[in-house]
Amino acid sequence: MNVVGMEEKTGDKETAYAYTPGLKVKRNMVLRRARMLPVPGDVLVKEGQETDFDTVVASMQIPGDPHIVKAALLLRVEPEEVPKYMTKKLGEEVKEGEVIAQYIAFFGLIKRFVNSPITGVIENIGASGWVTVRTPPVPVEVRAYLSGSVVEVFPRVGVTIEASAAFVQGIFGMGGENHGELTFLVDSPEDALTAEKIGPEHEGKIIVGGSLITLEAFRKAVEERVAGVVVGGFDGVDLTAMLGYEMGVAITGEEELSTTLMVTEGFGNMSMSTRTFSLLKQFEGRTACINGATQIRAGVIRPEVIIPHEESREEEALEELSYGMTPGTPVRIIREPDFGHLGKVVGLPVELQLVETESSVRVVEVELEDGRRVVVPRANIEIIEI
Amino acid sequence: MSLSPSSCRDLLRQVEVGFEHSSIFAVLPLTEDLRDYFVQIRGITLVALRRSNEDMQCILATDVGSTTTKARFFRKMQDQGWRFVEAGEAPTTVEAPYEDVTLGVRNAVREIEELTGHEILSPDGSAILVPYDGGRGVDLYCTTSSAGGGLQMMVAGNVKALTAESAERAALGAGAIVMDVIAIDDGREDYEKIRRIRSLRPDMIVLAGGTDGGTIQHVTEIADSIRAAKPVPRLGMSYKLPIIFAGNKDARPEITKLLGDDFDLSVVDNLRPVLEVEVIEPTRRAIHELFMEHVMSHAPGYDKLMKWTDIPIMPTPAGEGMAMQLISNAYKKNVLGVGLGGATTNVYSVYDGKFVRSVSANLGMSYSVCNVLKEAGAKNIARWVPFALGERELVNMLRNKMIRPTTIPQTLKELIIEQAVAREAIRLGFQHHKTLATRLKGVKIERDLVDIFDQSLAETYIDMMNVGVIAGTGGLLSHAPRRSQSLLAMVDAFQPEGVTRVFQDSVFMMPHLGVLSTVYPEAAWQIFDKDCLIRLGTVIAPRGEGVDGEEVLQTRFVMPNGETVEKLMKFGEMARLALGEREEARASISPSKCFDIGAGLGKRVEVNVEGGKVGILIDARGRPLALPEEEDKLHEKLVQWIDCLDLYPKEKMQDLLER
Repeated sequence: MNVVGMEEKTGDKETAYAYTPGLKVKRNMVLRRARMLPVPGDVLVKEGQETDFDTVVASMQIPGDPHIVKAALLLRVEPEEVPKYMTKKLGEEVKEGEVIAQYIAFFGLIKRFVNSPITGVIENIGASGWVTVRTPPVPVEVRAYLSGSVVEVFPRVGVTIEASAAFVQGIFGMGGENHGELTFLVDSPEDALTAEKIGPEHEGKIIVGGSLITLEAFRKAVEERVAGVVVGGFDGVDLTAMLGYEMGVAITGEEELSTTLMVTEGFGNMSMSTRTFSLLKQFEGRTACINGATQIRAGVIRPEVIIPHEESREEEALEELSYGMTPGTPVRIIREPDFGHLGKVVGLPVELQLVETESSVRVVEVELEDGRRVVVPRANIEIIEI
Repeated sequence: MSLSPSSCRDLLRQVEVGFEHSSIFAVLPLTEDLRDYFVQIRGITLVALRRSNEDMQCILATDVGSTTTKARFFRKMQDQGWRFVEAGEAPTTVEAPYEDVTLGVRNAVREIEELTGHEILSPDGSAILVPYDGGRGVDLYCTTSSAGGGLQMMVAGNVKALTAESAERAALGAGAIVMDVIAIDDGREDYEKIRRIRSLRPDMIVLAGGTDGGTIQHVTEIADSIRAAKPVPRLGMSYKLPIIFAGNKDARPEITKLLGDDFDLSVVDNLRPVLEVEVIEPTRRAIHELFMEHVMSHAPGYDKLMKWTDIPIMPTPAGEGMAMQLISNAYKKNVLGVGLGGATTNVYSVYDGKFVRSVSANLGMSYSVCNVLKEAGAKNIARWVPFALGERELVNMLRNKMIRPTTIPQTLKELIIEQAVAREAIRLGFQHHKTLATRLKGVKIERDLVDIFDQSLAETYIDMMNVGVIAGTGGLLSHAPRRSQSLLAMVDAFQPEGVTRVFQDSVFMMPHLGVLSTVYPEAAWQIFDKDCLIRLGTVIAPRGEGVDGEEVLQTRFVMPNGETVEKLMKFGEMARLALGEREEARASISPSKCFDIGAGLGKRVEVNVEGGKVGILIDARGRPLALPEEEDKLHEKLVQWIDCLDLYPKEKMQDLLER
């Protein structure tokens, strides 16, 4: 490094500030989620009301599509005569193919019928002799997603739901919102999740694996209608095979996938962090919600698993901003070599150091859980938030 | 404090003024009142500095990138003038829970404080101390920004296969990532479109639809959906979402009524004025400019950052572009430059006096690294890697880089792979650049139905034989552990022809110096010349193709010490001659009859060539560069070229090859 005219400072410093913030893995958090309709409708819950995961909190009706039937033409009558030949009334429901108007004359020798083209409601009998049949309205519902309580109501638009919960953030996900009972299919974070471990008994559940879910296993999970999969790693090539296209930038959440995937560590065979695995294990059997939506861009959105639990009501944990990395700070290595290893900071040298690539970088000395001490670029460390 | 217009004029007359395009930058003693008052007067931006240029002692400049915030500290040295002192870097803090870029700036500045012992921040870290009081602070703080990162946008049109598709082409041509295409006939209900717009948080929307004179109903319906969606910017910043209307001109009043208040609405020519004709150029350029000027630089904490600086925050590509123009002005040659960033690849050309800048927001080394993989293909990346690399391993590595964009390669293997990706990002970015650097620049390019299906583009005027200088900046290039690595990456990507000098930004400070040059050009140039611009050397590369072993070039160099060095180059070879920075040799280059070194096929050229950190590189691999198809031959060649340039540490390289 070109230092002109200034003395270099050497030695360790107490605190370092240039690091990558880590993913959240917390046992107790107060979480809030906004649940909003896309267009104004009706809010169906009140402030203070308790919700379950699939409580409908707001809904609206999208008007159906109108279909025009040229009844006068088909009956060969004058437009103003159509009403007298209608067999169905205004506002009446009709089925597809059902007769809605008929003209019978000359003692039945002349018969003309008008059939409804769709299942719907007779909406209008116009002066032009046209009859409008409209398909049933499409209900659009917003569910709570979170089991908690309504803390804020936005009239006609939606609500905010709050819950005390355990919160696990993933690094990448696919698929949208789902919920189900947390079910472990592996014994340790190093075990892979393979297809034979998944069966019909896992329908509607959120299954937890260890290091990797194979493509075959994920397809099996979709087949068995599993609600969600939480696993340490997933293969990048399998991602393309599953999606059917090459993903250029990581913006997900609206794939046509009935099973949500959340990856906690990264791409490839990656043992789930013991901290994440242990936390999820503590809540095995509980119902959790999962959302795979991910946007890796400035303004990041990460996938999540939320496990509401009553235990933390008494001890609300507030979010604290961590500003510094000091000796003793627990960290994880997030790049090769030693990707995924946990450890603690034991040194923060001020001076730049050479790494294998011959780059001179700011480094941190880490003592890994297996006792080894390694020197890692500060950019390749994330702080584990307790 | 209130000042009448005449008092302002009197004040301006008393101070030193310099002109920069449409702005007047005035250097004057600063008071808080003046600083608050002089924001904008009659279209002139007045910049009030705290100390006159002559009295300044130290300057801090930052670049807030999409991935990393880079701080650079400069000082005026006795007898040496202005020099670069130290660098500090930290991850950019746009994300929750921070959501304030000034935290990343502070962290990066703290690095400088630690390394130099010079206090720059206020005790509570909430501000930069200005001016320098002899012990603490700096006399000037300026910054560039590309914190917003790449451009991810939506397009909307009446009909999916017509106007919506044209809008998509315009967006892709502007280097954006198109997240979704909305059309009346896309099979979705209005509420689904609204939900989609909200969840995607696009950076910009292009709205097209309707031929001129036709119905305005459909396009106003779509505009209504956009308004109902109330899309919010992804970083929660306070600026309005840019929307470009490029549809039926008769709909302009209605569209302005619907969208003008809540969005930053721009109106351009209809990209489909009649069904048979497509005019996407105005839309493409509008997207490009709006992105750079508005989207890219904005981030949470931007308003706070604006208060910290004395001069307006400049988008990073604007800063880089100014530095490229400095090079062109100084060396009087056609210049091609690249800024290879985390979210974007910016390419600059100053060619026959025309400056063109392209920002490929879909190509970068971190956030959009998988888009480089998608656009280039795994095979094209692997062709630059001298060892067997399975697709699975490559894809996993790049996907992991994408989801953890702030990490850096620690192993040699990963460094080589990232540098391979860099070649493809630059190559593709240059391809995009050439579509903007066309003979028909500024003129509407109308294409009819046949052309639309043909997808052909106007020809670029850039002839690599006439490019005299290539310059590179950006994290990967500037932080390459050996200068030869960045040289070869640029040579492989740009494929210079003839005799071309290659420069590099030493530690990534071109944007910093670009913005500094707007108020203190002398300081900027001194630092640029002495500390920023690394002369890598000169590349001699003939145009033409041949077969391995065929004679291509006879070269003869008269070195500074009088020694004569001769080298006969065969096809497929590279050779390196040591010639130091600011040293010159007289070269006589005689190509074989099928090759051209600038004077025509087989015609000899005599020229002075400048040295550099790498020296002279004679590249007889042919132009266009064709790599062997067969993997073993390819790896053999790559290893030869690696050895020729001593690209990587030999022992570690050997380990890698043997694995």
